Amino acid sequence: MSIPGSWYLTLAALLFSIGVVGILVRRNVLIMFMCIELMLNAANLTLVTYARMLNDIGGQVLVFFVLVVAAAEVVVGLGVIVSIFRRAKSTTADDLHILKG
Amino acid sequence: MIHTAFLIPLLPLCGFVILLLFGRRLGDPVAGWVATALVAASFVVTLITFAGLVGLPSSERHFIQPWFTWISTPTFHSKIALLIDPLSIFMALFVTGVSALIHLYSIGYMKKDPEYHKFFVYMNLFVFSMLMLVLADNLLLCFLGWEGVGLCSYLLIAFWYGRDSAASAGKKAFIYNRIGDTGFLIAMFLIFEKLKTLNYLSIFSHVNQLSPGIVTAIVLLLFLAATGKSAQIPLFPWLPDAMEGPTPVSALIHAATMVTAGVYLMVRFSPLLHLTPDARWVIAVIGVVTAFVAATIACAQNDIKKILAYSTVSQLGYMFLAVGSGAYVAAMFLMIAHAFYKALLFLGAGSVIHGMGDAQDVKRMGGLRRFMPITYATFLVAWFGIAGIPPFVGFWAKGSVLVAAFEFSPILWVLGAITAILTAYYIGRGITLTFLGKSRWEGANGSDLGSNGFTPHESPRIMLIPLYVLSVCVILGGFINLPFHPSFVFLSHWFIPVLYPIHLGAVGVGGEWALSLGDVVLALTGVWLALHFWRVLSDRPALEPRFLQLGWYVDKFYDRAVANTGTELASQMSSKIEVATIDGAVNGVPELLGLLGGWLRKAQTGFVRSYALAIALGLFGLLIYIATRATL
Amino acid sequence: MIPALHSYGTVLHGMIFGLHGIVFGTTLPTLPDSVTFFIAAVIVLVGGIGVVVSRNPVHSALWLVACLFGIAVMFLLQDASFLAAVQIIVYAGAIVVLFLFVIMLLGVDRPESIGSDPLKAQRPLAILFGLGVLGGSLLLGFTAKWESGAKSQAGRAVGGSTNEVQKLGKAVFSIYLLPFEATAALLTIAVVGAVLLTMHANRTTENSKPYEDPKPYEDPVPDGYRSRQGLVANADEEVDLVDKELDVK
Repeated sequence: MSIPGSWYLTLAALLFSIGVVGILVRRNVLIMFMCIELMLNAANLTLVTYARMLNDIGGQVLVFFVLVVAAAEVVVGLGVIVSIFRRAKSTTADDLHILKG
Repeated sequence: MIHTAFLIPLLPLCGFVILLLFGRRLGDPVAGWVATALVAASFVVTLITFAGLVGLPSSERHFIQPWFTWISTPTFHSKIALLIDPLSIFMALFVTGVSALIHLYSIGYMKKDPEYHKFFVYMNLFVFSMLMLVLADNLLLCFLGWEGVGLCSYLLIAFWYGRDSAASAGKKAFIYNRIGDTGFLIAMFLIFEKLKTLNYLSIFSHVNQLSPGIVTAIVLLLFLAATGKSAQIPLFPWLPDAMEGPTPVSALIHAATMVTAGVYLMVRFSPLLHLTPDARWVIAVIGVVTAFVAATIACAQNDIKKILAYSTVSQLGYMFLAVGSGAYVAAMFLMIAHAFYKALLFLGAGSVIHGMGDAQDVKRMGGLRRFMPITYATFLVAWFGIAGIPPFVGFWAKGSVLVAAFEFSPILWVLGAITAILTAYYIGRGITLTFLGKSRWEGANGSDLGSNGFTPHESPRIMLIPLYVLSVCVILGGFINLPFHPSFVFLSHWFIPVLYPIHLGAVGVGGEWALSLGDVVLALTGVWLALHFWRVLSDRPALEPRFLQLGWYVDKFYDRAVANTGTELASQMSSKIEVATIDGAVNGVPELLGLLGGWLRKAQTGFVRSYALAIALGLFGLLIYIATRATL
Repeated sequence: MIPALHSYGTVLHGMIFGLHGIVFGTTLPTLPDSVTFFIAAVIVLVGGIGVVVSRNPVHSALWLVACLFGIAVMFLLQDASFLAAVQIIVYAGAIVVLFLFVIMLLGVDRPESIGSDPLKAQRPLAILFGLGVLGGSLLLGFTAKWESGAKSQAGRAVGGSTNEVQKLGKAVFSIYLLPFEATAALLTIAVVGAVLLTMHANRTTENSKPYEDPKPYEDPVPDGYRSRQGLVANADEEVDLVDKELDVK
């Protein structure tokens, strides 16, 4: 008998919540970005778990796509961060608040 | 031949579109020629269609020519379709014919007007609308044409909108017509409510499903519309003011064609009129009273066009008298006769106004016979036509109306007969003051040739051609319906398939001869009176009481009763109600939004992490929502 | 598997399996599986927390690597060996390296103070909402008995004669062909976008000032409005002139 799916899902939920808290408390955009990766990985874990539980290869395919999208996102996101850093000389999210209402 | 009938309204519509797009570039006089050519072509197509109908046995003389579906709902269908039958083709024939002549005339009359092409744009649109009105196969399409001619009437009355009086005359005509249109709309609603159709033929074939009260209501509501469009009591004061428009407009719209739309509507609904003697009494009485009142007013007017305008109202009253008496053929006969001589009178008046340098006051004319002999001659023809002197068309037409009125009610006949004297008299007065006696315009100085003023001149040939044609029509028009022998009453035969003639114990051949003789005597009396009173003197205050000059104070009454009350109400509304409610609401909404926005903008901190916080909250809420849904 | 308690040598074994039984209930997974799971889970969670609490971004990135390895083990445990390999190669090998590269490039590899938050309510609210999201997800799991949805819609994930890579490949190149092509386009766009971003940055660095808060916006309307009105008036005159010319003609 293999590990029940509920444990993987619980682990994924924990990891996701860590990612959420990380995004909310950290001010460095790079670390916020890493927290997003944490959340994506939690989602991936859920997908793989369900692929096994429902015996459906679609879950794994979706993880495959998420990996691709994550790669693209990181490329563009880091490009943006570099671009912002060149103007603002800072990677602190709170420094960028000129769109205040 | 019949299937080209859709070209009849389409050609003027083409003219309208062409002139609308390229009119300014075509300019004076090409734009006028284009418009005239298209209307004339429409007349030719009408003639062909007419010939096609004539070739058929009388029972088969009606066609519906569908064009396309206009409105399609589960409960209501309306097509753009033409109904070609003796009545509609007769109307189309004289509408296109008279229109073509008046277009031709306008080329000369409107020369050098700064908005030359615009005039023809409106005129073509008018002809199109009028043809839709008469050719429509259902009430809704007819209403479209009805409103279309109303719009064109407004635009053309206010054509010289720079003049304050023209602008307000346009508005006046529009508003009076709207009052009548309410009647049209309610009548349509009523018919649709009861019969679920607006198609003429379906209405007439199911007319027996209607209770007598409903029929009377429908007819009276339609008659209300007719009083607006055809300037009958109580909605007639707009027509005299409509003379502010260019004279060809007065001739075409406010004498020959549009104002007869009301009569056409009544005649079209003769199957319903047939069932309701009560409503026909109302129509006949209003008709004859209008005829009389307008004739008395015409006796005291000094503006040549005003005389003709009141004359038109009076003649339309005659037509309604005929309709009310059940003599639909007589009404149609008088309509076409009136179209001929009134158009002739107006075009003649236009010629005079043109020759006199835009003067319209007959008291300042006189002796024009020598300067404009052709106009004078055609005026005389028209006078004899309208007065009813044989063999001119008016004699036959008015004669048949009066015979019908006598058969319907001798009292109405008496009023009609008095009006006949007045008709001969007031037109004669106008002609005498204009063409006979001494020249009275400024600069005439007693000598007939204006020494330091100007010399009146005859109009150019392009304006005279329509006068010739119409004169011939006035002289010979009567032959379309001669009462001597059954084989001569072509018009009556023609209308047999569509009209329901009502015979009320005919007066007999002897009676008809007697009445006709009486008509001649009345006409000659009027002519003699006019010559007698006005040949030498041009100022007879006793014959022009202020009461009549001001048109029985109807305008004043409406001003006091309606306009002043309305103005007072509106000013109260604007000063009290509007400030409190509408302005309050209008200003309140943005203020509220501003307040709300000021409050909400505080949520926009500019910190990405605050927004992330909001997203997390949303995620939390979403999870809870889905979780609870999963248990339920 | 009921642990035998007779021999002393098997006591440790029995204790582990006893704990195992308490945790997993009566149907027990195999011991190697559960041990692997717990070790990997600890790595994942410690790695994740490490990312969040490290003061130095470089340390965060390294903790992220640990976390990603843990996840890869989880994939392996669930018969997704191909994905586990991709996870390590792409995530740990490429993405994290990219992170580190950017950190070094920007020169922000210094510890930063995380003692207090300038937005006062941010930290407690963050923890509250984090717990809320955790609770919400678990509640959702419990209410749905951890499992919902139809089975084997896109093809089986385990069993059958083909191996896992074959199954994945078949699915990707048959029913998921269109999304697969779309990802190709996405990657191309991302690459072009990244190039464009840096090019733009290069061009603007020469004459762009360091970023600073802009001055309050000054409304330029009054002057502009006046000049525009002047323009309109002139245009009207011109139109009039043209009209007159036309009239003359």
